[in-house]
Amino acid sequence: MILWWIGDVVLIAVVLPVVVYLLRGVLAAAKSIVPSVQEIATVAAAGSKDLDSAALLLTTQDQVTKTVAGVANYGGSLDVILDDA
Amino acid sequence: MAPVLAFMAVGAVTALGVVMIVVALVFYLVSVIVQLRAITRGLDEVITHVGGIVEKSAPVNGIVTAINEQLDAGVDLLEGLLVKKAGMSDAVGLVDGLYAGAAATGFRNFPESAAVKAPRIGETYTRGTLTLARLGREAPIALGNPAGFPLRDVEGGSLAARLLYPDVRQSRPESLPRSPVIGTDAPVQYEQREDIGAPRKRLPDRSR
Repeated sequence: MILWWIGDVVLIAVVLPVVVYLLRGVLAAAKSIVPSVQEIATVAAAGSKDLDSAALLLTTQDQVTKTVAGVANYGGSLDVILDDA
Repeated sequence: MAPVLAFMAVGAVTALGVVMIVVALVFYLVSVIVQLRAITRGLDEVITHVGGIVEKSAPVNGIVTAINEQLDAGVDLLEGLLVKKAGMSDAVGLVDGLYAGAAATGFRNFPESAAVKAPRIGETYTRGTLTLARLGREAPIALGNPAGFPLRDVEGGSLAARLLYPDVRQSRPESLPRSPVIGTDAPVQYEQREDIGAPRKRLPDRSR
């Protein structure tokens, strides 16, 4: 009987606080993840929006191609006009 | 009777302790589940945006590679043309004059150019002369002689380039002569000769 009482005391005075302490830690950790995930989502959305202008690279590529072609034509003309060293 | 009550009391305390533990477990585990669901929703949003990033950045590598190839071709063309027309030494000097220290790197397609000692074109010739050289205006690049007429005027650096133009331009008059204004609204109206259109005063001699 005495051992049973001791067991009850241990259950209420030790086991229950330990269980509550551990569960509170798990809950705190889970709560701390939520803001981080929300920030990651915000940053990912901003990064995705920043990449909207990546399509303009096609225009840049076209402009570079035209510019290099113009330089090539100009260089060809200079090659004919100017004497070699 | 007393032992029975004692057993009941001990059992009740035990049951109370178990119930309290179960209630704590339920409360905290449900709270954790709620937080985990919020995390799942956030990660779903993240995955959506990351998918967008992957989709939008997929063609970037190919496009940038193509742009770099085009620019490499342009650099090859210009380097080859410069070396062909100006010679290795003057080409290195021109580049070093425009971009100080570039001679140490040399031309990409001419590894031996890194060993060429760059002539100090940037100090010997004016910026205008270099500009004319770039434009192919037959600037007197090759006429520089330390013992002769210096092309570079320290106080008036543009003089050498200005001398390439006709005299009127290089003397820089404040106002060139203005073109005459003609027409009915001209400030200077010239007198008309009265004899134009009038009967002749003396008829030509027809007897001859």
